[in-house]
Amino acid sequence: MATVKFAGIVKNFKDNQVLKKVDLEIKDHEFVVIVGPSGCGKTTLLRMLAGLEEISGGEIYIDDTLVNHLHPSKRQIAMVFQDYALYPHMTVEENMSFSLRLKNAPKKEIKARVAEAANILQLGKLLHRMPKQLSGGQRQRVAIGRAIVRQPKVFLFDEPLSNLDAKLREEMRVEIAKLYQRLHSTIIYVTHDQVEAMTLAGRIVIMNQGVIQQVGTPIEVYRKPANLFVAGFIGSPTMNFIEGTLRVEKGHVRFSSPSLSLDLPSKLLPADGSHEGREVTLGVRPDDVCAGREAGKNCSQKFDSVLEVSELLGHRENLYLKTGDLRLLATVEAFFNQSPGSKVPVCLNFDNMHVFDRETQARISA
Amino acid sequence: MTTDAIRAAGAEQAAAHRRKKLIKYALIHLGIIAFVCVCVYPLLRIFSVSLRPGDKLVSTDLALIPDGATFRSYWSLLTSTHFLRWLWNSLVITVATSFIGVSLASTAAYAFSRFSFGGKKAGLILLLSTQMIPAGMLILPLFLMIMKLGLMNTYLGMIIAYSVSSLPFSIWILKGYYDTIPRSLEEAALVDGTSQIGAFYRVILPLSTPALSIAFLFNFTTAWNEYLVARVVLFSSKQYTWTLGLFELQGQFITQWGMFAAGSMLVTLPVLAVFLYSSKWLISGLTLGSVKG
Repeated sequence: MATVKFAGIVKNFKDNQVLKKVDLEIKDHEFVVIVGPSGCGKTTLLRMLAGLEEISGGEIYIDDTLVNHLHPSKRQIAMVFQDYALYPHMTVEENMSFSLRLKNAPKKEIKARVAEAANILQLGKLLHRMPKQLSGGQRQRVAIGRAIVRQPKVFLFDEPLSNLDAKLREEMRVEIAKLYQRLHSTIIYVTHDQVEAMTLAGRIVIMNQGVIQQVGTPIEVYRKPANLFVAGFIGSPTMNFIEGTLRVEKGHVRFSSPSLSLDLPSKLLPADGSHEGREVTLGVRPDDVCAGREAGKNCSQKFDSVLEVSELLGHRENLYLKTGDLRLLATVEAFFNQSPGSKVPVCLNFDNMHVFDRETQARISA
Repeated sequence: MTTDAIRAAGAEQAAAHRRKKLIKYALIHLGIIAFVCVCVYPLLRIFSVSLRPGDKLVSTDLALIPDGATFRSYWSLLTSTHFLRWLWNSLVITVATSFIGVSLASTAAYAFSRFSFGGKKAGLILLLSTQMIPAGMLILPLFLMIMKLGLMNTYLGMIIAYSVSSLPFSIWILKGYYDTIPRSLEEAALVDGTSQIGAFYRVILPLSTPALSIAFLFNFTTAWNEYLVARVVLFSSKQYTWTLGLFELQGQFITQWGMFAAGSMLVTLPVLAVFLYSSKWLISGLTLGSVKG
């Protein structure tokens, strides 16, 4: 197993800089998920670590060894590709043993390692099949098996579940989590799916436009998003954003927008003179928009809203509310039992409220 | 409308649909049969001529096997001429040309398909443009080149001339095919421990057999049937390919049509064998299952 270090990584595609001085350290045995929207540079970063993409600037270390100019096969990594990338002219067994055969490993060892990986992934009965005779989930398992057989220092997963249907993706997600518990290897996993990121990661790296936005545990990035982008990207349904201005009045901070005015508790934002006139965005998760129920101890004063649409999701219900020009999404217990157009009293939970500076987009609240 | 009336209307519609389908199939098959007749007739005619006693080219007899059919023309061709030698010359030149041509084209096409380098686009267009020049125009430069190399009347001279002339087509065919093979397969091979060349030989080439077969067949048939370049480069009867050899049977006053026809039949056999053997490689869908489809 190994540590991985990215130091000032830059990647240019002609005039377009897709990675802008990325610094990241990954510890031994850590499961790190790099997540971000399409084109944010996450796959490029992974491919640079694998040696499949040239590095325009910066250094990459695996276990303190500089690997910038090392051939992919010498980096002791294994990669699971988004599109499986199984060798179509080889059987499952040949696919899995390919790397060992290249190394001229003893036949006994090859057989044992393939059998072990097949056992872990329940591929025993499929070893003599060709890739075209397998289902999508089985192909992905073979791709993972091919990686396991190599016994690499670092496993790289490049959006391995994005080609599977929702049910299979869920199953494979659990399989990968189990696999990590069993192998306890260093894993770097790239995805654009925040559910995968939240459920699998020991640490999440959130990227946007070639820059790391935040690194932290899933709960950290959910509870304390570093900036507006992270706040909007992590969490489903997406966080409500309300734009307004801060005023410091009588020892507390007041948030004012055309449709809503709130006195913010000092626990959230201390009454500091520097906040006077500051343009901010208030962030509240739909779960923290308390609709139609008793305001909690740490809730804002109530205000009226109109129910526009409700969506029953099973045990939860999404309420699309409107107050003045402001639209809010609230997630409440199912069977809210109000028809569209009815008045709904609403308050916002201060405990999980976030204040972001509109100019820097950084979080300024506690 | 009653249920019976609806059923009757449905049956009538189905019958009309069947009739339409039948007519369509009949027309397609008629067309195919006509094309087959046009293609097969000359072959049958030559076969018939090769079996005729004497050297009669024209006959009012329409029978495929003529009266008094004999293999004498075949025997005479094999015993009284250098036909076997010509056949051997053609075979050596053609097989060498095909292997060299396909080897050069497969690697060149890989470079064009996978790497970025200056002049890549221009190079591809240049290759394509050479195919637009009539073959006759290339005879003089080829003649000068082979003469300067001192390779007149040699196998090597012929092999160089043929390999070079069919290279552009083969490169284009193979490049087009390589482009359809996902890059992630090579990348997986690189991570697994092959070099770039290793990934080409172990992954790309085995998956490219349909395109390689087509390139091989093209090289083979072009070299096998070529006459003009051979006419210019080869001058001793013993070095002749069969195309030149058969032409020798045509005299100023008399042409041995029986032997000519027998030779024509015999030279189709190697091409037929290569076609039949290659057909098993001309299968599509080799990359099925490798990546998400």
